[in-house]
Amino acid sequence: MADEAKGGALEFHPMDQFIVEPLFGGDTIHWYTPTNVTLWMFLTVLAITAMLVLGTRGRAIVPSRAQSVAELAYGFVYKMVEDVAGKDAVKFFPYIFTLFLFIIFANFLGLIPMAFTTTSHIAVTAVMALAVFLTVTVVGFVKNGASFLSLFWVSSAPAAIRPVLAVIEVISYFVRPVSHSVRLAGAMMAGHAVVKVFAGFAAIAAIAPLSIVAVVAIYGLEVLVSAIQAYVFTILTCVYLKDALHPHH
Amino acid sequence: MATETPGGEEAATGLPQLDFSTFPNQIFWLVVTLVAIYFILQRVALPRIAGVLAERAGTITNDIATAEELKLKAQEAEAAYDKALADARAEAQRIAAEARAEIQGELDDALAKADAQIAAKAAESEAKIADIRAGALDAIRAVSNDAAAEIAGAMGAEASADEIAAAVAERMKG
Repeated sequence: MADEAKGGALEFHPMDQFIVEPLFGGDTIHWYTPTNVTLWMFLTVLAITAMLVLGTRGRAIVPSRAQSVAELAYGFVYKMVEDVAGKDAVKFFPYIFTLFLFIIFANFLGLIPMAFTTTSHIAVTAVMALAVFLTVTVVGFVKNGASFLSLFWVSSAPAAIRPVLAVIEVISYFVRPVSHSVRLAGAMMAGHAVVKVFAGFAAIAAIAPLSIVAVVAIYGLEVLVSAIQAYVFTILTCVYLKDALHPHH
Repeated sequence: MATETPGGEEAATGLPQLDFSTFPNQIFWLVVTLVAIYFILQRVALPRIAGVLAERAGTITNDIATAEELKLKAQEAEAAYDKALADARAEAQRIAAEARAEIQGELDDALAKADAQIAAKAAESEAKIADIRAGALDAIRAVSNDAAAEIAGAMGAEASADEIAAAVAERMKG
């Protein structure tokens, strides 16, 4: 959509793919308006249901292919939660698995040409990151009471620099949701924009083959990034949860 | 900012991600989506997958236990088989030895009997031969006496039967 050449000048609109627009016409977007966000989030739910519910409906001892994938995803995240955050974090597994599945499916659905990538929006990732941040903070205080604050008091450091470290630790703690959300949204947005820019160059016949090769290469990279960003978001959630459950250094 | 007209002038100016007017919409639908996924997982998918995994682990454990059991049984059966084989072999050897001893006994008996019979026959034969020999000597003597008497008569010599018999006996000794 952003690759029309007008009067010899290329016009790129690599960011147009991220525009939120109502599905059924109209100008204004209320909080309840069904938009392309709604559509692609619904498709995400549909895809997750297809894999984890339809895929496992055989309940086979020897699993089908779909069931194997569902079991692998389950085992992968379960083991991650157990290994990173500890055995007592397993009761948070459904929440973490929800986040992981939403992110990885939204990322992969966003790779479909003409698709809308819900996870490329800072509004989406920030809500998830803030939810993790608030949950972890609340859990930390409920589980450990005031001793949760020892997370910021590095007892292994020399006493003189502990206050300085405490300030740094507090700042880094509050920066967590920012980096947590911007990392995912930024990676998704940048990759998709780059694909669009290279696709725009395909309008010039001379460099079209090169631009197509570049699109393919970037697309391959994006497939990796989609999986890795989902993994990173999930494992960071586990790390934060570990801090909340075991705050002592 | 840039929500209504995709591809228009407005759209190129700002980053759609920073268009705060769409935030409530996105956040609302995100919450709906996450809650939906959470309930689908919590109610259906997770119990099912956990059940299948537990069932599989149980099945594998059971199968391994059964295999161990069967292996033990097989080892027992093999031991029993070996024992039966050894017993049978020992029995066979015993029977063979018995048979050999029996046959040896019978053979010895038969040999002794045969030896006795042979000895009896030989003695009998010797007696017969002795008789025959004695008979033959008498016959020769008689013939010799007659022949000598005839020869003496033909020569014109007179000799009594007793003298001739004595002379023949004398000669026959030599």
